[in-house]
Amino acid sequence: MLNAMNLQKTFNPGTINEKIALAGATLNLQEGEFCTVIGGNGAGKSTFLNAVAGVWPVDGGSITIDGIDVTGLPEHKRAKYLGRVFQDPMTGTAANMQIDENMALAARRGKSRGLGWGVTRSERAHYHEMLKELDLGLEDRLTAKVGLLSGGQRQALTLLMATIQKPKLLLLDEHTAALDPKTAAKVLEITDMLIKEHGLTAMMVTHNMRDAINYGNRLIMMNEGRVILNISGEEKRI
Amino acid sequence: MGIETLISGLPGTAAQGIIYGIMALGIFITFKLLNFADLSVDGSFATGGAVAAMVIISGKSWILAITLAFVAGALAGMITGVLHTIFGIPDILAGILTQLALYSINLRITRNQPNTPISVDKYNLAVSLRYKEDALVTVFVMAVIIIAIMYWFFGTEMGSAIRATGTNPAMSKAQGINVNYMKALGLVISNALVAFAGALSAQFNGNADVNMGRGAIVIGLASIIIGEVICNAIFKKRRNFVLTLSFVVFGGILYYLFIAIVLWLKMPANDMKLFTAIIVAIFLAVPYLKSVSNSSFRKAARRGGKENA
Repeated sequence: MLNAMNLQKTFNPGTINEKIALAGATLNLQEGEFCTVIGGNGAGKSTFLNAVAGVWPVDGGSITIDGIDVTGLPEHKRAKYLGRVFQDPMTGTAANMQIDENMALAARRGKSRGLGWGVTRSERAHYHEMLKELDLGLEDRLTAKVGLLSGGQRQALTLLMATIQKPKLLLLDEHTAALDPKTAAKVLEITDMLIKEHGLTAMMVTHNMRDAINYGNRLIMMNEGRVILNISGEEKRI
Repeated sequence: MGIETLISGLPGTAAQGIIYGIMALGIFITFKLLNFADLSVDGSFATGGAVAAMVIISGKSWILAITLAFVAGALAGMITGVLHTIFGIPDILAGILTQLALYSINLRITRNQPNTPISVDKYNLAVSLRYKEDALVTVFVMAVIIIAIMYWFFGTEMGSAIRATGTNPAMSKAQGINVNYMKALGLVISNALVAFAGALSAQFNGNADVNMGRGAIVIGLASIIIGEVICNAIFKKRRNFVLTLSFVVFGGILYYLFIAIVLWLKMPANDMKLFTAIIVAIFLAVPYLKSVSNSSFRKAARRGGKENA
């Protein structure tokens, strides 16, 4: 599903702040694989996810998602293939907008946005059902501003938004790092449930070794901008 | 002068206030929804007046005049949009550059005349100070229609995308929204509305002046902020988008009423900009100071002191 070949990225080239963030990172993911990513600070984990998401163009290498070469596509055009959840709960949602409006924005990812209603009545009913499954009490607050929600609720909502249309690839960038342990566990549980329910292909960056091992069916370790360990299936539990 | 002059002038005051309110609705789009401090409006307000005046002088109808003013404003907004999104110029600077350029362009539009009179005796105008009551009804109906259109538009997919771009660009990109396009679109609509108000203002006052837009941004912000403070005070949490927009226009009326009172008190007209700046500063400061005083350390110390005693 994802084929990232020999990705290169250097930040601030030619200055004293030069930083080689990706130095030939390569990864192949099959459809339905849930890959956890570990590595120290500065290993290039988040950079790798940002390269796939198209936050900036890579200096070298190529990225293919489901057979489509996206290396030259800007972020908003790649968005149609990707679902993303960020480390900071504030990043994934629009705080000044209502819960239903946020979900409707996500439901139109990759589609042209015209003069039809931003949220339709049937969508609202559908969102109510989806939120009920989360069991966070959000289903009765559809018209509340997202800024009023807690960090955990916002991450859960962002997850729902990322999967509201089945993405070809779900990118989770330390999405539980800013949450307390109990909430983090709950958000991870929701993550796993959504990935299994929709049979998604996913990448999850985490600093928690236990989570990296317990979740998913693939594990990679990064160091100095490269993938240095790549194990899959049951062998990663040993 | 007695209070009668002030009262008899009220319909005219309200009409001019609503015209400023319509302009403030345009500024609301950039300032509040897009989170973009757009200073090009000082130029595009005068552009609207200039275009309308020239169309009317050429003998065409006021409908065409207002329509072309709207289009000219949209073009002005597009220039700011291009400067910001394609050439990477920071928002405030992009607006200032457009505003500066428009000063020359506006003079060209009016064939180098700093002031172009359009007398209601000679031409058929949409609104005029001569017929205050009619003008008030006309601009009121226009404001209602504009609020209705804005309410509809910002509830559509495209309008939602503009709002999302304003509150969280990173999230908007991740949801596949072209944020540069949405910013430019917001600027286009905003400046078109501002020029529309400029066209009305020129007709209402019987002339288009190259300096008529000076301070438009501050008047617009004054209307938005006055409206917001009052709307919050009356409706608190029951505020919705229609009320917010309506109170922007109401803020415009209050602002101009205040100016009318100051003028009636025989204060020098040259001090008007100073008064405007003071009003805006007060309305910006009051909500902030109120929130600061609600959560002040001194009060916390006093509360703690009482408990310890």
